[in-house]
Amino acid sequence: MSLIHRSSSLLKPLAAGPASLLRRPFSSATDDDATKITVETSVPFTGHRIDPPPRTIDTTPKELMTFFVDMARMRRMEIAADSLYKSKLIRGFCHLYDGQEAVAVGMEAAITRKDCIITAYRDHCIFLGRGGTLLEAFAELMGRKAGCSKGKGGSMHFYKKNGGFYGGHGIVGAQVPLGCGLAFAQKYSKEDHVTFALYGDGAANQGQLFEALNMAALWDLPAILVCENNHYGMGTAEWRAAKSPAYYKRGDYVPGLKVDGMDVFAVKQACKFAKEHVLKNGPIILEMDTYRYHGHSMSDPGSTYRTRDEISGVRQERDPIERIRKLILSHDIATEKELKDIEKEVRKEVDEAISQAKESPMPEPSELFTNVYVKDHGVE
Amino acid sequence: MASIFQAVGAAAALSSSNSFDSKKFYLSSRKSVSERKGSIFVVRSDGRMSSGRVDKLVTNAVATKADSAAASTASKPGHELLLFEALREGLEEEMDRDPRVCVMGEDVGHYGGSYKVTKGLAPKYGDLRVLDTPIAENSFTGMAIGAAMTGLRPIVEGMNMGFLLLAFNQISNNCGMLHYTSGGQFTIPVVIRGPGGVGRQLGAEHSQRLESYFQSIPGIQMVACSTPYNAKGLMKAAIRSENPVILFEHVLLYNLKERIPDEEYICNLEEAEMVRPGEHITILTYSRMRYHVMQAAKTLVNKGYDPEVIDIRSLKPFDLHTIGNSVKKTHRVLIVEECMRTGGIGASLTAAITENFHDYLDAPIVCLSSQDVPTPYAGTLEEFTIVQPAQIVTAVEQLCQQ
Repeated sequence: MSLIHRSSSLLKPLAAGPASLLRRPFSSATDDDATKITVETSVPFTGHRIDPPPRTIDTTPKELMTFFVDMARMRRMEIAADSLYKSKLIRGFCHLYDGQEAVAVGMEAAITRKDCIITAYRDHCIFLGRGGTLLEAFAELMGRKAGCSKGKGGSMHFYKKNGGFYGGHGIVGAQVPLGCGLAFAQKYSKEDHVTFALYGDGAANQGQLFEALNMAALWDLPAILVCENNHYGMGTAEWRAAKSPAYYKRGDYVPGLKVDGMDVFAVKQACKFAKEHVLKNGPIILEMDTYRYHGHSMSDPGSTYRTRDEISGVRQERDPIERIRKLILSHDIATEKELKDIEKEVRKEVDEAISQAKESPMPEPSELFTNVYVKDHGVE
Repeated sequence: MASIFQAVGAAAALSSSNSFDSKKFYLSSRKSVSERKGSIFVVRSDGRMSSGRVDKLVTNAVATKADSAAASTASKPGHELLLFEALREGLEEEMDRDPRVCVMGEDVGHYGGSYKVTKGLAPKYGDLRVLDTPIAENSFTGMAIGAAMTGLRPIVEGMNMGFLLLAFNQISNNCGMLHYTSGGQFTIPVVIRGPGGVGRQLGAEHSQRLESYFQSIPGIQMVACSTPYNAKGLMKAAIRSENPVILFEHVLLYNLKERIPDEEYICNLEEAEMVRPGEHITILTYSRMRYHVMQAAKTLVNKGYDPEVIDIRSLKPFDLHTIGNSVKKTHRVLIVEECMRTGGIGASLTAAITENFHDYLDAPIVCLSSQDVPTPYAGTLEEFTIVQPAQIVTAVEQLCQQ
């Protein structure tokens, strides 16, 4: 049974900085951790060759607030990146994730940093989820020294080794065999950890995916293939590229689960379920039904192949942040104003990171030649 | 005695000339270009050349933007367009001319092409003839080659040349070699095209120069376009060629504007383009570096130098006739390319010139290439990666002092 709980201390001014947003002075912190709230996913899971997990999930006010802040931060980061791109501070290709935050946040909530995540080029938010900082992200986007890849990688090449984040890849589909390799190493080293290899509905038609999946199944690798189905491979809708857009079924002999990717609890439940499954049974496919508000990249308006009505419709009905906001409000965990204040704080956090990033210098010319080979090994 | 056989478009030229239907196109005043069907040159190890045909050196200076008015044909004013539109025009003309010509690639149809080269073609020719493929480069390239084996003439678009690395096996083994391994039974009249090269901070995986990887594949021809004029001409020639042709476009050149003839014309696939005749030094370049060279040329001319600039255009095979005549005149060679130093087009060109024209050189060949590094994202580092005009000026000055 959920408690109706209000805390006036939520109205205290929040100190600047990321961590403080969560060290919020709840008047009875233990209560909020122990308070159980039961939620139901928006839709039940659909299974392929597997019994799906239940759609009721337990959560706490703390978790709800964490989800809200994390997704708000990701959303703000992507919107800020859009402006930076238009001001030509970010160049080249920039693929934004706004709309898809629930996948990044839900997945992170179900796993540890010892589990691995690998994805394609829409990687800014996953990077954040894995412990990357806003400064590292913005500095990398602007090609500065303080970037996570020292400015040498760019938007499509974010990595965080100590966070178990393996990138960040530009060529569609190439990350999936890599992901199965991560899982192979985990099995080889007898770790009890798993790998989430993310790819899009466009990449689902890559042959190397099926090759990798076959091997993962053959050798029972702890690989979870996650199709982030935002229904468009750049300008081509899923039904025009795939004979069978039921991506969770395309593993054939590999079980699959279809998940509402706009519902952070559904994502969390599915990832938890998948992790338990693959550690015993080999690979599984998760299809996250999600949506990107932006076009494929900043060079694509995103409106030549989809209607504005569709985009705004999804935003109204299924926005992941709005869903959590409604849950928070309906359970009286915070007020509307408090949530808006948090969003203001997040915005400030993002703006500060951008200013800091702007002050980071460009890499030294000598950096052109470093990291081609491993330092001190022969050539360099 | 072994002879060094450098067939300059030998078999290719002969077979492509057989497929020209001269009634179907009429020639403008540029006919010296379009008529040249290439020649066979056997270059012997003693440096003597024997040729099947004596050709005049063609000095049409197809100009960069500023000079386009002067270089235009005298007969008609022509029409102005951007390079990507010129590619589209060539493509459309060939699709009108031959119903076997079709296009396949990612987002080429309904989306119109990520660089708009195929815009408007799908509504005109239909979804099968302008085919939106799934993201499956290896297989749709293979599919195109298979279709070509039966007589279709597909044009495969790589959204970025770098993506075609996934199709390397198909391009190398099937596209390049099937004509040979089948003893001549099958021809593969496929065109593989797309943008490559270092752009503006596109990142390492999207800044590749695949011409250096593909150049060893026997059986394919490679050309690189650099102006709207040669883009259209090369596109048409590539489509008409019975050999597989890889047409390299450059991400940063799509919006170049030029006035091109209204009359139909074709560029010779195996021919280099004289951009600026000169006496002191031969500068060989192609694609985007042509513009860095021409920028450097302005400075050089002001300093009293007279560089001869040749856009080699044909990356495989090299037009050693044009190049050789130039070397014999100037005795100094500078190659400016965008490939990386190791194993690039410049490396092969250096070897070819040294082998064939060593006696005519007064100085070692200098080759300016990109650095042997993945292209970094940071703008300043990316600038250091490629050859800049100032480096070209310095190299010419140093070479001319020897």
